[in-house]
Amino acid sequence: MDLARILPLLLGLVWLAPLASFGLIVFFGPRMGRHGRGAGFVATGAIGLGFVLSALALGAWLWEHPLGGHGHEAGSHAPAIAPLAGDWYTLGQFGALRLTVGYYIDALTVAMFAMVTLVATCIHVYSFGYMHDELHEVSDPLAPLSTGQPLRRPGRFCRFYQYLSLFCFSMLGLVIAGNVLMVFVFWELVGICSYLLIGFYRERRSASNAANKAFIVNRVGDFGMIVGLMALWGGLGTLAFGDTVDAGGRRRPGIFSQVRPASTHHALVVPDGFVRSAAADQVAEIFRSASNPAEAEARLRAAIDRWRSAGWGYGLLVIAGLGIFCGCVGKSAQFPLHVWLPDAMEGPTPVSALIHAATMVAAGVYLVGRFYPVFTPEVLVVIALVGCITLFLAATIALVATDIKRVLAYSTVSQLGYMMFALGIGGWLAGLFHLLTHAFFKALLFLCAGSVIHATGTNEMPEMGGLRRKMPWTAWTMLVGCLAIAGAGIPFVIGLSGYYSKDAILAQAYLFRQANPRLGWLFYVAAGGAALTAYYMFRLWFMTFAGQPRDAHRFEHAHESPPVMYVPLVVLAAAAVVLGWPVFGVTELLEQARPAGTAEGAIGAVLLPAVALPAEHLSHAPEVHGPATWIAMFTALAGFGVAVVFYGLRVLDPQDVRRTLAPVYDFLWHKWYFDELYQACFVRPALALARLAAAIDRTIIDGIADGLARLVRLASVADDWLDRLFVDGLVNRIAQWTYGMGVALRAVQTGQLRQYVMFLGAGTVALFVLVSFLWSLALPGP
Amino acid sequence: MNLLAQPVGLVHYLVVGAVLFACGVVCMAAKRNALGVLMGIELVLNGANVNFVALGSRFLRADSGSALGLDGQAMALFVIVLAAAEAAVALAIALNYYNTHATIDVDEADQLKG
Repeated sequence: MDLARILPLLLGLVWLAPLASFGLIVFFGPRMGRHGRGAGFVATGAIGLGFVLSALALGAWLWEHPLGGHGHEAGSHAPAIAPLAGDWYTLGQFGALRLTVGYYIDALTVAMFAMVTLVATCIHVYSFGYMHDELHEVSDPLAPLSTGQPLRRPGRFCRFYQYLSLFCFSMLGLVIAGNVLMVFVFWELVGICSYLLIGFYRERRSASNAANKAFIVNRVGDFGMIVGLMALWGGLGTLAFGDTVDAGGRRRPGIFSQVRPASTHHALVVPDGFVRSAAADQVAEIFRSASNPAEAEARLRAAIDRWRSAGWGYGLLVIAGLGIFCGCVGKSAQFPLHVWLPDAMEGPTPVSALIHAATMVAAGVYLVGRFYPVFTPEVLVVIALVGCITLFLAATIALVATDIKRVLAYSTVSQLGYMMFALGIGGWLAGLFHLLTHAFFKALLFLCAGSVIHATGTNEMPEMGGLRRKMPWTAWTMLVGCLAIAGAGIPFVIGLSGYYSKDAILAQAYLFRQANPRLGWLFYVAAGGAALTAYYMFRLWFMTFAGQPRDAHRFEHAHESPPVMYVPLVVLAAAAVVLGWPVFGVTELLEQARPAGTAEGAIGAVLLPAVALPAEHLSHAPEVHGPATWIAMFTALAGFGVAVVFYGLRVLDPQDVRRTLAPVYDFLWHKWYFDELYQACFVRPALALARLAAAIDRTIIDGIADGLARLVRLASVADDWLDRLFVDGLVNRIAQWTYGMGVALRAVQTGQLRQYVMFLGAGTVALFVLVSFLWSLALPGP
Repeated sequence: MNLLAQPVGLVHYLVVGAVLFACGVVCMAAKRNALGVLMGIELVLNGANVNFVALGSRFLRADSGSALGLDGQAMALFVIVLAAAEAAVALAIALNYYNTHATIDVDEADQLKG
């Protein structure tokens, strides 16, 4: 089987199917069936087809590269399996800059495709139930009109599926992208989809504000990303990830093989381009002093190695890495740009599940994983620190939140922090493995929350309670999700998917603590975060499903969702349970995609005090994995125990604790005052600046324009006066004269025939008299 | 110079023509009857004819012999024809006027006044 031919074709089809669906719905959506119901079938069909093809691609991949056969031997440097890189289409070539639509396919791409399409298919199906109201006219009490009446608007069922299709296309494009430019394009496309879907209920002020917030905060991250792209482009002269062969048969080295060339056994070196950019003055000096270009090149080649060992250009590589990571911070809602994700919960719940939990926000983590070979140890330490801060900060906020979706949103931010943290401490596999497992159980949790919201009509957990009797499917699948995210399992025997992925992260952190005692606190924060995770998830479950109903009215109206909604829950729950089992070999699959040269870890950093990134395979050793598993188990159990005490058995009243710890509670309730801080630091000054600009506009610019207008008006008044007086006056006077003459001559026309004859006669006689008189005058007198 | 003492020459004809003309004009100006006005017109035309004929006569002209001398007579014939045609039209107008106004007083006919 020729994978190099089949996979680009298969995955390309998967990628383009949602685009076709999007196009169809844009043009024919409202005419598809009653109220555009058919649009849902088209979109679901496209993504379902995508899942089938992705599964085929995965099967083909596994057929060619069976698990366990090619596993990394400890100490081996060469990548077991070369990724498939190439271009489908060249958009254009400007000098050395080639803009292409290309692909970069390895095991990670295939696994991401399968994950994204499966989760997306489940969510498409689920949305049939959840967005059912949009099939007819909607009355939205959350968007009141000025009269106080709720807004009534036509349903937007087909538009919802249209956006979902566009999103799936963009997300898959981002995953398969073969160069950084494509990544950036699809990066922005998923951003705009997120914007459109957060603001889906755009008549609600909170929704449109949240959409703007998400969009603007992401721009901050993207600014850094553009800086990173420019650094890479300027230093490497290419945007492609992998090596490609162009039409002329020449091999073009990609970013990865330039940063980690095979000649150094894939160890990180500063590429020539970066060295030359950093030492631009010296390079110019060499060219000026050399007698001919060939000599200059030779001297340059000798000098570059010298400069490289002196550390020239290393800073640029760090900047490139930090820039790329900056984009990921925005997209994956990491500290300090985490503020947009909780507000993004204004969108419909399936959107929160698909975009703001399972796929788009994980794209930042995916990109960090993809760019892993480019990151220097300094960048990885920054990634680890940011991830660690985020996972703790978001987990603490989730402890006190009462909006069911916001708890899950902060949980998402926290879990993304875990992934970033894992990547930053050298746990490439652990981070991406957690990405895959998290996608399933977090999508499951969000869909369960959506089911609850659908049934009760509220997001507030204090108004729920006891719902497990009314909604058994939702309750028990959500319990599976909670257990999975908490990492439940029987140590060393079996567990849910979260058990494996979180253990992998903690084991790597344990190893990192041993290697870097000064950064050992990172491990304790991560372990503490595991306890917090278990606590807030079970707090959520107990408040929603256990105990007695706190709002009898809502409880009465609650009902189990239709099968179209709970069947996807069951599918996702099953995936959340089994995905981590070693028998499925997800870790082995991902291991096939590990970037060349990163298996060994790294020691030492140029700009920082030495940091050691331990090799990941060491974390599988029993003396590391054992303690890590026990610690994870006990912290999770501790969190679970506290949740049971407070909310399950109600031995202690949470209100008492809240009163006792009022300052801490307030601090967490206000989300560490981040929104207030940003409001004061950025939003207010921006608004003040806008007001100033508006004032300048209104007084000066408008003043000039108004003054000019007034001047023109004056001139036209003067011109009007001249016109009336002289031009019109002349014409009118002539007309008056003519009229007067006519009136005067009229008197002569008496109609009396005899008078006319008199006139004739008298006139002739007078003429004769006159002529003869003048004649005698004219004649020369005697 | 006494005309009556001269032999009959051109001037005498011209005087007759002038008298006829003056009579005609006075008749036109003084008569209220449309038929009387028409008669005045005839007088004016005949006065003119007398002048034409007299001035065209080879016997009365000093340069007799150098031209055929029938221009005046020809003009007079034209005038007679025109006078006949005009009289026919004018009588028709008068008749119609009488039919509509039951009078042929020209003072009553002032519909065309300005």
